[in-house]
Amino acid sequence: MEFWGYKRKEGRAGIRNHVLILPACACGSESARIVASQVRGAVNIVFNTGCSDVAANTAMSQKILTGFACNPNVYGVVIIGLGCETVPHMELRKKIQSMTSKPVVSFGIQDEGGTLKTIEKAVRAARDMAAQAAMQQKELCHISELLLGIECGGSDATSGIASNPAVGELSDLLVDLGASTVMSESIEWIGGEHVLARRAATPEIHNQIIQVCKDYEEHLKAAGQDCRAGQPTPGNKAGGLSTLDEKSLGCIRKGGTRPIVEVVAQAERPTRSGAIVMDTAGYDISSVTSMVAGGCNAVIFTTGRGTPTGNAIVPVLKVTANGLTFQKMEDNMDVDLSGIIKGTKTFRECGKELLAVMEDVCNGKLTKAEAYGFSDIAVDHVCRFV
Amino acid sequence: MEINGLLMDLKDNVVTCVTVVPAGEPVVYRRGDQLCSLTAAEEIPYCHKIALADLEEGDQVIKYGELIGRTTEPVGKGHWVSHNNIYSVPRDYESEMVTADS
Repeated sequence: MEFWGYKRKEGRAGIRNHVLILPACACGSESARIVASQVRGAVNIVFNTGCSDVAANTAMSQKILTGFACNPNVYGVVIIGLGCETVPHMELRKKIQSMTSKPVVSFGIQDEGGTLKTIEKAVRAARDMAAQAAMQQKELCHISELLLGIECGGSDATSGIASNPAVGELSDLLVDLGASTVMSESIEWIGGEHVLARRAATPEIHNQIIQVCKDYEEHLKAAGQDCRAGQPTPGNKAGGLSTLDEKSLGCIRKGGTRPIVEVVAQAERPTRSGAIVMDTAGYDISSVTSMVAGGCNAVIFTTGRGTPTGNAIVPVLKVTANGLTFQKMEDNMDVDLSGIIKGTKTFRECGKELLAVMEDVCNGKLTKAEAYGFSDIAVDHVCRFV
Repeated sequence: MEINGLLMDLKDNVVTCVTVVPAGEPVVYRRGDQLCSLTAAEEIPYCHKIALADLEEGDQVIKYGELIGRTTEPVGKGHWVSHNNIYSVPRDYESEMVTADS
């Protein structure tokens, strides 16, 4: 299988060709938003951190910012900093430039003399970058260039029974074709981690999967918190998911059945090809943020109760097997999988259908969240999300 | 009879209802090739679970063939199983670790 994408000098191909307006800290977020609104082809993220933080949080912020900049769907980057952020914008730029050869420029609001002057310069830079990006021709790329992030959010009992198995089938089909997939949300392996670990390609990976869950619980315990107090969420409970274990046993099915070849840390880029798992929060927006920073060029997202969420850099394809949710939230749902619950379709048939939909998305078809320009982001921190 | 419940594994002692089931109405589900039915003793909300057998306090609740929790009180056959009457059991991670030759 092949798709028309944007080849990069380093790493995987992009399925989009965005100019990313990247705030180096929260204080740059509003200017970044205004710059992106002025330039066709530009997208922005809103960043809520980057200052007055402990080292571990700064490290995670930097992983997210550099990971976003290096994401294959990004053609070039315009950074907007303030000047006194923890990691100055020039340093962030240099760090990104050491990781990628794509164009990167940066501006500091204090040095430029305020937001209007910064915005003026940044708009010119973004405009020129967008003009160049538009000249890049799409090329035929092998499906192995796809790194699909697999997410679930707003889960109910239909997720584990139907939409997650269908997406698991999609993951198996993609892996067999040579593509790679990332399943995250390690807190939602707890209770099913022994089942997930059976897919490990080696005993080391088996133990890594168990260890990630153990560490997650201990991390929260050290802060006096209990993962089972936040999981399942009130929405999950109302949707028939009674315990974290029940939620997890349904969640892990979205990763399919192929051997797990690598366990990566949050927001880290995988080094292997095939079925990969990432240690992230179950909080969907944070998990998607981390997978995009880890280089995923597309995300498929199962939901039961319905969610509008989208990401600025990668298309997020929303699927549900809850027929009522699809009816009520059709403007936010891309694919209706309720036939699995009704018994008119099997999850395997739906997996095959999803492969065709994913091919369209890789070729440029906008998902609904993408068409609306949604740009959700959440950066995980010390005392992690659950 | 139309199926309105899903049994995920033959070992399960709960079935997930895929419609609202009013008290006194049947939940119809497939167990392998067999069509089975039980009567809801109370209303079971959409997507929620019904007990297939009488459960004592502390009994295991099994879905997907795996433990999803234990009951905090007796739950009779046909009753609603939810976050209100089951709880998550802490994991024993050390026992799940494998050695290279296992």
